[in-house]
Amino acid sequence: MKKANYFLAALLGLSIQFASAQVKKGSILIKNATVLTITEGTLENSDVLVQDGIIKKVGQNLNAPNGVTTIDATGKFLMPGIIDAHSHLGLDVVNEATAPIVAEVRMKDVVNPYEVGIYRALAGGVTISHAMHGSANVIGGQNATLKHRWGSTDPADIIMQDAPRTIKFALGENPTRVHGRGNNIQPRTRMGVEAILRNGFNEAIQYQKAWDSYNSESSKKGNSAMPPVNNERLQILSDILNDKIIIHCHSYRADEIYMLINVARDFGITKLVFQHTNEGFKVAPEIAEYTMGASVFADWWAYKFEVYYSTAYNAAILTENGAITSINSDDAELIRHLYHEAAKTQRYGGMTDEQALAMITINPAKQLGISDKVGSIEEGKQADLVIFEGHPLSSYTVPQMTFVDGVKYFDIKEDEDDQRLKVAPTEMVDAVMIYEGHDSRCMQDTEHLFETTNSLFQLNY
Amino acid sequence: MKRLNKIFIAFLLALLPMMAMAQIDGEVIKPRAGKFLLQNATVVTITQGVLNNTSVLVDDGKIKQIGANIATDGAEVIDCSGKFIYPGMIDGGTKLGLVEVSSVAETVDYAEIGNFSPNMQALTAVNPNSVAIPVTRVSGVTTVLTAPAGGLFPGTAALINLNGYTPDQMYAGFKGIVMNFPSSGRRGRYDRRSDEDIKKANEKAVKEANELWEKAKSYGSLVSNGAELDYYPEMEQLAKATTGELPLLIEVNAASDILAAIKWVADKGTKVIFTGVAEGWRVADEIAKAGIPVVTGPIQALPTRDSDRYDTPYANAGKMAKAGVKVAIRTDEQENVRNLPFFAAFAAAYGMGKEEAWKAVTINPAEIFGVADQYGSVETGKVANLIVADGDPFETKTNIMHVFINGYRMPLSNRQIRLYQEFLDRSPGLKMN
Repeated sequence: MKKANYFLAALLGLSIQFASAQVKKGSILIKNATVLTITEGTLENSDVLVQDGIIKKVGQNLNAPNGVTTIDATGKFLMPGIIDAHSHLGLDVVNEATAPIVAEVRMKDVVNPYEVGIYRALAGGVTISHAMHGSANVIGGQNATLKHRWGSTDPADIIMQDAPRTIKFALGENPTRVHGRGNNIQPRTRMGVEAILRNGFNEAIQYQKAWDSYNSESSKKGNSAMPPVNNERLQILSDILNDKIIIHCHSYRADEIYMLINVARDFGITKLVFQHTNEGFKVAPEIAEYTMGASVFADWWAYKFEVYYSTAYNAAILTENGAITSINSDDAELIRHLYHEAAKTQRYGGMTDEQALAMITINPAKQLGISDKVGSIEEGKQADLVIFEGHPLSSYTVPQMTFVDGVKYFDIKEDEDDQRLKVAPTEMVDAVMIYEGHDSRCMQDTEHLFETTNSLFQLNY
Repeated sequence: MKRLNKIFIAFLLALLPMMAMAQIDGEVIKPRAGKFLLQNATVVTITQGVLNNTSVLVDDGKIKQIGANIATDGAEVIDCSGKFIYPGMIDGGTKLGLVEVSSVAETVDYAEIGNFSPNMQALTAVNPNSVAIPVTRVSGVTTVLTAPAGGLFPGTAALINLNGYTPDQMYAGFKGIVMNFPSSGRRGRYDRRSDEDIKKANEKAVKEANELWEKAKSYGSLVSNGAELDYYPEMEQLAKATTGELPLLIEVNAASDILAAIKWVADKGTKVIFTGVAEGWRVADEIAKAGIPVVTGPIQALPTRDSDRYDTPYANAGKMAKAGVKVAIRTDEQENVRNLPFFAAFAAAYGMGKEEAWKAVTINPAEIFGVADQYGSVETGKVANLIVADGDPFETKTNIMHVFINGYRMPLSNRQIRLYQEFLDRSPGLKMN
C-alpha cells in the first residue's frame, strides 16, 4: 500500500508537471481600470500587471515590460474571474446512479473541453467552474475543478490541477427518489440517507483499520500477513474521514443539513460545504459554526417540494450569520450571468457591493480550497480577470474581456458567430434547441428510472 | 451580532411606510383601497415623457389626476420626493397561479390532457392565493398573462392583475387562445427524437392544425348562420379565433417555424400574436412586414443553436424592435416572474435601450392585448396600477417602496420576506438558554 502510494504520488506529480507545462500563460498590463480587488477594496484608476499568468503588481502608473500587451480599461471595471462552485459544464456524463455510494467515480475522467458552454461561461466572466457529479447518490463521485482555458483540446489542460479534491454528496428527494422509489433499496427516506452515510463511514473505518494492522504486521520480520482486498470506494471514504477531500453536499431542507452537520461532527470531518442549501437560512448559525458555508441559488425556489419554503434572502441571512456564502449556477444558462445573480442579494437583503461580489469570487474560492490562488486581485495570485463595461452588479453591465492565467479567452470585440471548436459529423446541420426554462444536469442520465414522469415536469436539480 | 441587529432594525425601518398600521403578533396587513396622493415624484409616464415634481392622485381604483399642485382633499398623502413613479409592469407570458410546486403534479394546472383543448380556461385554474403572487408583485410586476401549455391548442390564456381573491376580481380584460405552432426544432436537451421523427411529427401536427382550423371555421359560420350544432366546446372555442372574437397566441420559436407561421396566418384573417419567438432576430424583417406583434422571452436563455453567438437571446428583443416589430417581453416563468425587470434590463443593455425595454413591459403588452386604454402607462383615467421606487426598478439595488394595483395599496410583504424577518437573527440562535 505504502509503496503503491509513493508510486502513485510520483506519477501524479509527473502528470501535474506535464499538464501544467501544456497550459498557456499570458503577460498583460491592464491600465486605468476601476479595480474591484474583493479583498483589498476598490482602487480607482489603477493598473494590474500580469506576467506569466501571475498578478505581479497592482498600482498606478505601471509600465509594460517589453513584449507585454497593454489594454486600456479607462472607464471600465476590472474584477477577478468569477468562480462557479456548482456546475456541470464540460462533462460528458454527470450521474453514476447505480448505488447509494459511488465515491470511486471521478469527473476528471469525463471532462469534455469542446463544450461551447465553456466559452459562453467565459462570455459571462466565469473563469473557474466546479464540475460536479450529479445528485443521484448519497455519496456521489469526485468532482473536478475546471479552468476555462477554451481552445485546449486535452481535458487535462482545462482541469485546475492545483485544486484540492472535492466530492459530491446529496440528501433529500433526489437520492431517495433514485434508490428508494426507483430501485426499492435504501434510502427511501431522510432516515435512510443518514444510515447510508453512517454505515459507509463505519465501513471505511474498518477498512482503514484492516490496512493499518496489515501495514504494521507486514513491517515485522518474517511476517506472512495477507493484505486486505483493495477497495477504492472505501479508500475514498477513508480520505474524507481524514479531511483530505472537501465534501460538497447537495441539500435543501434544514433538517437534512443539520443531520449532515451532526454526522460530520461525529466522524471528525471538518471540510464540508453545502450546495443549494435553500433552507440553509433556518440553520445559518450552525452552518456558520461548523462548516465551510453554503453555495446557493440567488432566487430559485418552488421547482420541487423541498424548495417550496425558500427565500431569496437566503444568501443575505447566511452572510449576516457569518457563514461563508457563494452564489452558484448549476445551470448552463445561469452561469452566463452570475454577476447578476450576485446582484440580486442587494435586492434581497441589502448586501454591500463587497459582500455581493465576494459571493462569486473569494467565497467560492474558499469553498473549493483555492482561495490562496484565485478569487481576488492580489499580487502573487493567478491572473484570472474580467473587464466589465458598467459596474458588474448593475443590471445593464456587459462583460468585455475574460482572462485565465493572463491569457485572453473572451473579447466581445472578437466574438464570432460560431465559436465551436469542432462540429461533430453526427450533429444535425442546423440543430435548433428551444430553451425551456432551465438547463441543469444534476439528475441527467437517471431519466430511465422515471419513465412515468411527464416530460413537462422534468426537474433535475 | 451587533451588526446583525443594526441591519435588522434598518430593515424594519425600511418597512415602516408599509407598516403604517403597526404590525403586532397575529395581525395581517391587507390590500387597502382609498384615495391616495403620491406627492412630488418624478413620474415616468412611458407614453407622455418624464414629469418632474409631479403628483399623482389615485381614487376609485383609477389615476384621477396628474399634476404639480393637486389639492389633498381628504386623500392620504404619500411623500414621494426623490422617488420615481412608474406604471406597474406587465409580463406578457407566464404560468403564474397555475402551478404551485413544479415537480408536484397535483399542483400543476397548466397542462390538460389531449392535443386539442382550447376551451381549457387558465382563468378557471388561477389560484389567487398562490404563494408566488405576493412574491411577484413586490418586484413591481402588477399584471401578467397566465397561459396554459402542452398540446396543439392547449387552452385559453388570461390577463390578470396580481390583486384579488377570485379570478374575476383579478381578470384584466384580455383572453387569447394558445396555439403551439408545430415545431421543427428540439425541445431542449432531453428531446432525443431522431431528425426523421421530428420531421414526421411536425408534418402530422401541421396537417392536424389545418384540419382543426377548417372545422372550426365551418363551425363558426354554421353557428352564425343560425345552425344548431351538437355540443362541441373545443370547436366552439376555436371558432372564436376564426371569427376574430378572440386572438390567437401562437407559440413559435425556430426561424423556419416563424416563417411557416407567418404564411399559415396570412389567409386566416384572425388577430394573431406571436409568443416565444426565440429566433425572431433571424427573420425580424419578415415579422415586421407581416405586422404581427410579438411577446418574446425568456431573455435570460441559452442560444437556440450551438453555433449561435452567446448573446443572441439577450439581443433578440432589441433586434426585433429595431426592425419595426411591436415587442413585449415575458419571463415564461411561474415562481420567478419577479425577474421580469431584470430580463428587461438585459434586453436594454444588449441593444434595445432602456426606453424601448420599458415599453416592452408596460404599454406594448397593453396595446398587444388590447387593454392600453386601461393599462401600461401613467395617464389620467387609467387603472391605478403603479409602482413607487427609489431608483430604476430594473436595477437590483433599487427598492420598490409602494405598489398599487387597481388603486389598492398592496402590502409589500410575502412569505419570503416573513422568513427573512424570522431567521435573519434567529431566536434561539446557536445555543439554547
